[in-house]
Amino acid sequence: MHEGHEEKKKAMPWTKVCIDKNEFEAGLGREGLRGISYREAIREAQRQMMEKDERVFILGEGVDDPGGIFGTTSGLGERFGQERVMDVAIAENGITGVAIGAAMAGMKPVFVHMRMDFLPMCMDQIFNHAAKWYYMTGGAVNVPIVIRSIIGRGWGSAAQHSQALHALFTHIPGLKVAIPSTPYDAKGLLIGALEDGNPVMFVEHRWVYDYVGYVPEEIYKIPLGKGVIRKPGRDITIVAISQMVYEAMKAAKVLAAEGIDVEVIDPRSLKPLDEELIFESVKKTGHLLIADVACKTGGVGAEIACRVCESVLEYLKAPVARVNFPDVPTPCSPVLEEAFYPSSTDIINSIKRVINHGRSKESTSQHYYACAQ
Amino acid sequence: MPVCAEPEIPVSIQIELLRLMLLMRRFEEKIIEVYPAQDMKTPVHLYIGEEAIAAGVCVHLRRDDVIFSTHRSHGHCLAKGMSPQALLAEFYGRVTGCCKGKGGSMHPVDPDNGILGTSAIVGGGIALAVGAALAAKMKKTDSLAVTFFGDGATDEGIFHESLNFASLKKLPVIFVCENNFYATNSPQRARQPHDNIAKRAAGYAIPGFQIDGNDVLGIYNLAKIACRRARYGLGPTLVECRTYRWKGHVGPDCDYEKGCRPKDELEDWMEKCPVKAYSEYLIANDLVDAAEIKKLTSLIDRELDEALKSAQAGAYPELADLYRDVYYESTAVN
Ligand SMILES: Cc1ncc(C[n+]2csc(CCOP(=O)(O)OP(=O)(O)O)c2C)c(N)n1
Ligand SMILES: [Mg+2]
Repeated sequence: MHEGHEEKKKAMPWTKVCIDKNEFEAGLGREGLRGISYREAIREAQRQMMEKDERVFILGEGVDDPGGIFGTTSGLGERFGQERVMDVAIAENGITGVAIGAAMAGMKPVFVHMRMDFLPMCMDQIFNHAAKWYYMTGGAVNVPIVIRSIIGRGWGSAAQHSQALHALFTHIPGLKVAIPSTPYDAKGLLIGALEDGNPVMFVEHRWVYDYVGYVPEEIYKIPLGKGVIRKPGRDITIVAISQMVYEAMKAAKVLAAEGIDVEVIDPRSLKPLDEELIFESVKKTGHLLIADVACKTGGVGAEIACRVCESVLEYLKAPVARVNFPDVPTPCSPVLEEAFYPSSTDIINSIKRVINHGRSKESTSQHYYACAQ
Repeated sequence: MPVCAEPEIPVSIQIELLRLMLLMRRFEEKIIEVYPAQDMKTPVHLYIGEEAIAAGVCVHLRRDDVIFSTHRSHGHCLAKGMSPQALLAEFYGRVTGCCKGKGGSMHPVDPDNGILGTSAIVGGGIALAVGAALAAKMKKTDSLAVTFFGDGATDEGIFHESLNFASLKKLPVIFVCENNFYATNSPQRARQPHDNIAKRAAGYAIPGFQIDGNDVLGIYNLAKIACRRARYGLGPTLVECRTYRWKGHVGPDCDYEKGCRPKDELEDWMEKCPVKAYSEYLIANDLVDAAEIKKLTSLIDRELDEALKSAQAGAYPELADLYRDVYYESTAVN
């Protein structure tokens, strides 16, 4: 396991974001680095951890079926047997409790949910039990469980099959939240989560499952709470979450041509949050935008913006902006879905408003209002 | 197929049962036809193979009776009297759809026909139906509520909690479990130690029945008793209908190619096609002849083709609709 691997090297293939296999192969692939997809990275992390540690087991609805949770558990049932890759009844809250109990008693369960929308079924056991146990018992009993869930929908899946609820979990002391955007991070963070000893919500984005990136073959761990700079820049900081990292990178490319130098930060976990990385960046750029794959109100962006205001407000040259889903349930209709999911265009427009704020001072409140929309 | 027919079922109802089953079957087959064009952008969970259940139950229901359905909702809605056009327009994401394009295939609604919405969270509708039954009782009406759900849903706590409450309060609700032996690709035996969902009712002092879910007249007769119990204030009934879905869990394709279940199992069940068996029964009893069934089918086809055309011609929502209907705005003047 090469911990601290990231700090040691200067050229950092693991911070690189590749939009597709071609981009990977034209770059890192040519240097002889191994590229696998996000979905393969998750599967590999689970396989290697199950080989290494017999306490690790997977459970969830359909983990052993031919689809294998979008391919992230394919073949693991054959490899480890039904006892360690366990299909379960549709009984989320109860099974969550079972998994938590197993964790308290010395196992390391990975409970998988095809969609994050099913987690509300498990809230009692996660919020009132897993999150509280270590503290409530004065540190006597910890709960080393990883709860994987998948966000990112489309094709008219509508309101009950496309929610991204990561912010809810950040509100609960005792829970950690990891939200990787790249294959490298998916593997490293999943291993980090399994070794963490705490209940960790592990949030995957379905739209990036096929994205390919550099992933070392060996076991390596990314500790929770360490963000990464995806692209350095001077003019504005974008904190981009999950799939928004890719949209932010696209936006940065477009804006570079217009002379705006964007810094893209991927926090990778939301709790703990690498606030120092964000503060340092904001001190340099003086501008901040947070792009998230969830609704705005009470979201992670609000927390990040507030922390920046609490700590480095004097460096901000313009109001903070956010790019989010609108505060409405996800609609089915393709025309509404199209308008619902933000893209690099929304990031570009928002950045221009923030940057121009300083340049045309005449109506601050109006600008602020525009940014807040 | 053994059909337990009660002689007194009026011929008109026997024909109506056939019409409903054919409507459901042809509706889903139309979706299979149009789906590859990729204009119907919503996940479809097809009901083919299970039509006898919705028909046998819903034919008893009045307009003011309420149903709650699941992700596999099309058949229930049609059998309860919903317009195919409103459904199809919804599936096409049109503003003319029953949810103005907001809900798609998993959430149809038609309050005028007693369809208060559909949950795609497994088990979600079970408690809602109990709540509707509670409302009926509190309002002192003799209407009732039916909840359709799968075998998978009976493992959710909400199923047990709902049965317990409904029994305690003697509510007018019918729990209709469509046991198709799979939840997604997970066979029943991987999830349940005992293959007898109907027996779970006994734990809550509710009568539970297990029945051939492809036998429309058997279901009709059982549902009649369950409805009577509900309307007379005798409380809930659980009916486990044993059936099979022909298509994959979601989408228009068969799934045995992907190794989701054995092909011969599917073929056995296709032999027991509820629509075919019932048609044959009606013909054998001289209630209709093959030509009349053909004519009925072509009438249904014409209706569905028109519904499809009009659905496809519907307008899309406007962008401003994205923000509409998040909150109910009271129009009451005080
Ligand atoms: C609470 C919840 N968990 C998981 C799912 C994913 N899911 C959708 S349908 C389904 C299977 C349902 O099986 P069953 O209740 O038997 O209904 P069927 O599809 O067979 O009609 C599952 C697991 C969900 N929608 N809701
Ligand atoms: Mg089922």
